[in-house]
Amino acid sequence: MLNYIGRRIFQLIPVLLGMTFIVFLIIRAIPGDPAQVILGQQASEEAIKALRTTLGLDNPWYIQYFEYLKGLLTGDLGESLRTRTPVADEVWPYLAATIELSVFAIIIAVIIGINAGIISAWFQNSWFDYLAMIIALIGVSMPIFWLGLMNQWIFSIELGVLPTTGRENVRDPVEVITHFYLIDTLIQGDFAQFSIVLKHLILPGTALATIPMAIIARMTRSSMLEVMRSDYVRTARSKGLKMFWVVYKHALKNAIIPVLTIIGLQMGLLLGGAILTETIFGWPGIGRYIYEAIGFRDYPVIQSGILIVAFIFVMINLLVDMLYGLIDPRIKYD
Amino acid sequence: MGNKKFLSLALLMLMLISTALYGCSSGNSSEGAESGGAEGESAEEKTLIFGRGGDSVSLDPIVVTDGESYKVTKNIFDTLVNFGEQDTEIHPGLAKEWTAAEDGLTYTFVLEEGVKFHDGTDFNAEAVVKNFERWAAGDADKFPYYGSMFGGFGDEEGHVIESVTATGDYEVEFKLKRPQAPFLKNLAMSSFGIASPTAFEEAGDKFGDSPVGTGPFKFVEWKRNDTVTIEKNADYWVEGEPKLDRVIFRSIPDNSARLNALLSGEIDLADGITPSDGETIEGNADLQLFERPSMNVGYLGLTNTREPFDDPKVRQAMNHAIDKQAIVDAFFEGRGEVAKNPMPPVINGYNDDIEGYEYDPEKAKALLKEAGLEDGFEMELYAMPVPRPYMPDGQKVAEAIQKNLADVGIKAEIVSFEWATYLEKAAAGEADAFLLGWTGDNGDADNFLYVLLDQDNIGSNNYTYYENQELHDILIQAQTEVDEDTRNELYKQAQEIIHEDAPWVPLAHSTPLLAGGKNVVNFKAHPTGSDKLSTVDLQ
Repeated sequence: MLNYIGRRIFQLIPVLLGMTFIVFLIIRAIPGDPAQVILGQQASEEAIKALRTTLGLDNPWYIQYFEYLKGLLTGDLGESLRTRTPVADEVWPYLAATIELSVFAIIIAVIIGINAGIISAWFQNSWFDYLAMIIALIGVSMPIFWLGLMNQWIFSIELGVLPTTGRENVRDPVEVITHFYLIDTLIQGDFAQFSIVLKHLILPGTALATIPMAIIARMTRSSMLEVMRSDYVRTARSKGLKMFWVVYKHALKNAIIPVLTIIGLQMGLLLGGAILTETIFGWPGIGRYIYEAIGFRDYPVIQSGILIVAFIFVMINLLVDMLYGLIDPRIKYD
Repeated sequence: MGNKKFLSLALLMLMLISTALYGCSSGNSSEGAESGGAEGESAEEKTLIFGRGGDSVSLDPIVVTDGESYKVTKNIFDTLVNFGEQDTEIHPGLAKEWTAAEDGLTYTFVLEEGVKFHDGTDFNAEAVVKNFERWAAGDADKFPYYGSMFGGFGDEEGHVIESVTATGDYEVEFKLKRPQAPFLKNLAMSSFGIASPTAFEEAGDKFGDSPVGTGPFKFVEWKRNDTVTIEKNADYWVEGEPKLDRVIFRSIPDNSARLNALLSGEIDLADGITPSDGETIEGNADLQLFERPSMNVGYLGLTNTREPFDDPKVRQAMNHAIDKQAIVDAFFEGRGEVAKNPMPPVINGYNDDIEGYEYDPEKAKALLKEAGLEDGFEMELYAMPVPRPYMPDGQKVAEAIQKNLADVGIKAEIVSFEWATYLEKAAAGEADAFLLGWTGDNGDADNFLYVLLDQDNIGSNNYTYYENQELHDILIQAQTEVDEDTRNELYKQAQEIIHEDAPWVPLAHSTPLLAGGKNVVNFKAHPTGSDKLSTVDLQ
């Protein structure tokens, strides 16, 4: 097992390296001069020239690339061209905000998605099945933008039960420790604050959960349908076991493996693909951080931001691969 | 994993859900408590939450050029002289009076006494000198606006300021190398807020993370991409100000979401209200709409070096062909005025005698015929990919123009690029015609006419490559002309030349909109885009 993990992590190196190279090339292939964008329309030519020199943009691209790699090896993620702050220093609050939101969203998606899938498969072709699958279809194709704004209108403006945007009640801000606000408020034992933070998570969390939830439900259903037809399930039922236990205990265990893969992939997508949700809900996450950096041609932030997200993405998938073995002992790692 | 384990895991999950659900429901019931708390708090402590589209880049005003930074720093720092409440007339600031020599080469400022920076440092002549020394020792990369407004740094030839000396504890003398007409207006810009020398000497490059000025509010906290919090400076030197205890600037990038936040009462003030939401707000009894006096221009630039736009007749034909009024009515919701000059009417020197090119397709056709283009021609029309106050929807404006042009036989193909690319291509003269605009920095005519249309600025902000020697001479003369009336006359002449040459189709001077709760009093939107909140109150 350790051997396997070691090998997998070793394999990550070429993946991440290749990725830095591709990202590096793509963002330099698009036209647009960071110095011009940073200084704005007002800037004089000398100012732009001076800034290009300071930023090292005058060097040929391969030298810039090796400078960047050299920095990475020493743990230096580069310095934001716009804020002049090391990326490593400023990235954590954004990353924590996104992780908190994605984990919350994936929990919702998994709980509802898996159960909807199971029940649909259990009562195949029932009204619940049809309804659930129609909702899932709508969910997959739902424009998050519209859904988010509608939810804000219903739950914040009309009903007044949930806040529209942000992570906290800004009049009474959370005292930051880890930048995971749920955890920070728990550490401080401040349950009133905890519930406020939780409320801020609900709208963006559900908006973000919609698509993965639908995908998980559909995947679970088809995987369960396959397993439910297998011999051992028939045996379990014929020996008089209650249907609930047959489904949740025996069938689910075999059906969950492909679902797990999907969950891992979706979790990764949520981390990087939450830009829309973060924009609508004013969430200060890493998606917006990278997106805004693209507008400013803030090369180091784009490169390192994507690198971090990609790293987490592959780590989650490694984790999922290891979970297989825990759930299904027949899966061996060698 | 054993079955039991799996079962207990499932049970645990179930418990988690129910806790979460309980959390939500109990959260809902405590919502009242939360807002109640906020209300109760407002009795003793007045907090204003200002929702805006983006975050600040830095809170050191001299290192930035973006409006979102100034919005905050305007309230932390004071300038030597101030703009008027809603115009760009010059009023006393940290300098209570000043005298300018006849030749325009010496300015002497008498400073307010007894003013302290937020860190306790005394504000005096020495502090002013130290600020200017810091800026003059920089370069175009570090302090971009200092270079562009005062012509350079240190010993550079173009640098206008020769010396800044403390001639008394509260008296500062500026010596200029040559007269600079907009000198006082430049000093009033947010960029040149006077900072605590103790603080910037200690913080160095990090000064922007913990700014210290003399302004009505002190810096408290900055959560990047989220909130900037400032609180009342109880020792503010202006009697009775500020009224508010705390101001929180919140970034909510999406315009609709920001409006939602305003409607639900989470924020008190929102900028970047889209014109189409203006009516919604006016129809809402709890809200009020604020109009920011226009200090911008949106235009269609015609690249003068590209055929057929090298012919002034064709450019004039374009001006006649486009129905500007219809564009303003449709896409600015009437909250803007049709432009006839390259600068807005609030600015001194505006030539109101000029008659704009009226919408007249027949005249346009006749002019095209004179230019030998009676069969029309094909062109590319660049549509702005991002909304800006001077151009709320570039794509739709481009479509309207496309239709107008088709009526006179010109076939325009609309193209668009991502914003940075767009600017680069336009600056390189690659566009036939492009939509663009400008928001003024210091409310001076020079900041529009010279910056946007003088031959010196080809390759930077003169995107049309328009060149006219006569215009150049006038604009240069106006830069050093100290007499206000003579200077205004020069700018009026300049606008006539520009009108005749028609390098642009000026489209509109838009009025950016803000909205706030009915309880916000005394908020006056400033044309520069950064608002001093010291007199604003909540009721």
